[in-house]
Amino acid sequence: MSENLIKPENLVYQKTEALTDRVMHYCPGCGHGTAHRILAEVIQEMGIMDQTIGVAPVGCSVLAYYYFNVDMQEAAHGRAPAVATGIKRVFPEKFVFTYQGDGDLAAIGTAETIHAINRGENILIVFVNNGIYGMTGGQMAPTTLVGMKSSTSPFGRDTKTMGSPLKITELIAQLPGAYFVTRQAVHKPGNVRKAKKAIRKALEYQKLDKGTCFVEIVSNCPSNWKMTPVQSNKWMEENMFPYYPLGDIKVPEDN
Amino acid sequence: MKGNEALAEAAIRAGADAYFGYPITPQSEVIEYLMANKPEDRTGMVVLQAESEIAAINMVYGAAGCGKKAMTSSSSPGMSLKQEGISYIAGAELPCLLVNVVRGGPGLGTIQPSQSDYFQSVKGGGHGDYKLIVLAPATVQESVDYVKLGFELAFKYRNPVMIQSDGIIGQMMEKVELFEQMPRVEPNYEWATLGKKTDQPATFITSLQLQAEEQEKVNHRLQAKYREIEKNEVMFEKINCDDAEYLFTAFGSCARITRKAMEMARAKGIKVGLLRPQTLYPFPVDEFNKLADQVKGILCVEMNAGQMVEDVRLSVNGKTRVEHFGRYGGMIPNPDEILNALEQKIIGG
Amino acid sequence: MAKRGDVVIDIEKCKGCEVCVSVCPQEVLALAPEVNKKGYHYAVKVNSDCTGCTNCAIVCPDAVITVYREK
Repeated sequence: MSENLIKPENLVYQKTEALTDRVMHYCPGCGHGTAHRILAEVIQEMGIMDQTIGVAPVGCSVLAYYYFNVDMQEAAHGRAPAVATGIKRVFPEKFVFTYQGDGDLAAIGTAETIHAINRGENILIVFVNNGIYGMTGGQMAPTTLVGMKSSTSPFGRDTKTMGSPLKITELIAQLPGAYFVTRQAVHKPGNVRKAKKAIRKALEYQKLDKGTCFVEIVSNCPSNWKMTPVQSNKWMEENMFPYYPLGDIKVPEDN
Repeated sequence: MKGNEALAEAAIRAGADAYFGYPITPQSEVIEYLMANKPEDRTGMVVLQAESEIAAINMVYGAAGCGKKAMTSSSSPGMSLKQEGISYIAGAELPCLLVNVVRGGPGLGTIQPSQSDYFQSVKGGGHGDYKLIVLAPATVQESVDYVKLGFELAFKYRNPVMIQSDGIIGQMMEKVELFEQMPRVEPNYEWATLGKKTDQPATFITSLQLQAEEQEKVNHRLQAKYREIEKNEVMFEKINCDDAEYLFTAFGSCARITRKAMEMARAKGIKVGLLRPQTLYPFPVDEFNKLADQVKGILCVEMNAGQMVEDVRLSVNGKTRVEHFGRYGGMIPNPDEILNALEQKIIGG
Repeated sequence: MAKRGDVVIDIEKCKGCEVCVSVCPQEVLALAPEVNKKGYHYAVKVNSDCTGCTNCAIVCPDAVITVYREK
């Protein structure tokens, strides 16, 4: 009965062409895959695969250029916004995005992040915040929550000696160059749909030369949080969302 | 024109697409000249003052990855900051032009001229086995000409090229002949990120190979390229070498002072010549080796504590005596002390 | 009545993260007792109540689910 539904005319969802067929190296249940996919879907839906240049960071998504079926450059750790600036300034008509994690964007690359946005570089920054250094094995990130254990804060993050989790998104939202700033998640269907809409908006604004658009995606790290993917998503809702509340942080005034 | 300004004008005329920089003495005139002369209006060239040298070199990476003619300039402490990006550019095999108007170090050092970044420029600077093509101008004219040549070599070999100047060349005024404005070229390279072509795989720029076997292949390719550069691109100037019994060698501004010492020596009847490497990498190994059979000794004069002298010694491989004379920390040698050093260390030594 | 739907799962690319299982309103999906070549218990259909809502595919980090729905 059901097999006769599997016909091209009934197709309602399939993997986008803007992702390659390579199996992603991410751990099971990691939000990176979903974040990649919705960004790729928007690129395909807008018909801009041939006009998009992405910049991959250093971190878990260092190999993002294997997965996005668009031209990409791999940047040094934290330097993606500077690399994207170089690309966008010589190719102002192309769509340029960076895809960065919390260590890359909010620790080693803080200066590049703030100044690219302060110049209002007409790029999209996708910021995946899972509160930990995933690739190097679960060290403390600038966004690690207070009391949260990591391999370099084995007794929990102590604000007295380790500082507080950095709300970089709220911080950069104050810059005049930031046009659209939002915080989303990709763990549930409703969140994925909203996050995708935000990315779509951001790339539409880029077409209109509006300035920097910044989409944070609060995500999970099942491996380094030492939980199952489903548990990690629940933990994220209970612990990450209160500190990093979802929703738009800066919306265009002229809209 | 002032050296730094002439170099900046040459960049516009060479059809450069983008300059990314950060102010530092004694090279700030490069970005100041560019900002004042509106290359955006003249040729469409982009000029951007970055938030740091680190950001500037990574902007160069981004623009160079798009196949554009991109450049940056700085002076020693700023060049140290750029080393990370330079290593990535060399690893990803991107063409670009770097200019180092060297000042005395280490650390914050001094704003006075120096040649103490020879090792940094020639032997690596950043991490990994890589080479820059290093051009050492001795005149403002050469600073201008090497901008054009530098971009040509960078694209010929897909390799970063450095003009290693110093505070003397950068700050002094000389007559120059500027070449005619060259057009900016729309890039059409297979390796560049220009936007994915339909029915072709996407292009990516990276210096990462997680598999050691693959990374070794990358290194083999780089080394083969460097051998090719060593074969084809060596440049030097020889003065009074035919009958020379002794040899001076020096590069950049220091070679001008050494030339004066050579003339003084000749006036005293000492048969001394001068070999001035114009490319510090590739180094004129064969030329030194040949001259080593002829001369009784070589004095290497540098504004550092002895850097190029190591390459001279490697080149002659023990065939003749090689000594070093240097002033450093921003001090400039005078011809008298150079001549004196020749008499003490080489002739009398 | 809800429309009928169906899903096709690329089981060799599935990593068995179970996120799809948790978001299916019809409880169509579960992890198989068998494993794929990489050793993951992959997602499988356990009933024919699929409505083609696409929730599973939308949350799948590895883009392994294709969804069909009757017109």
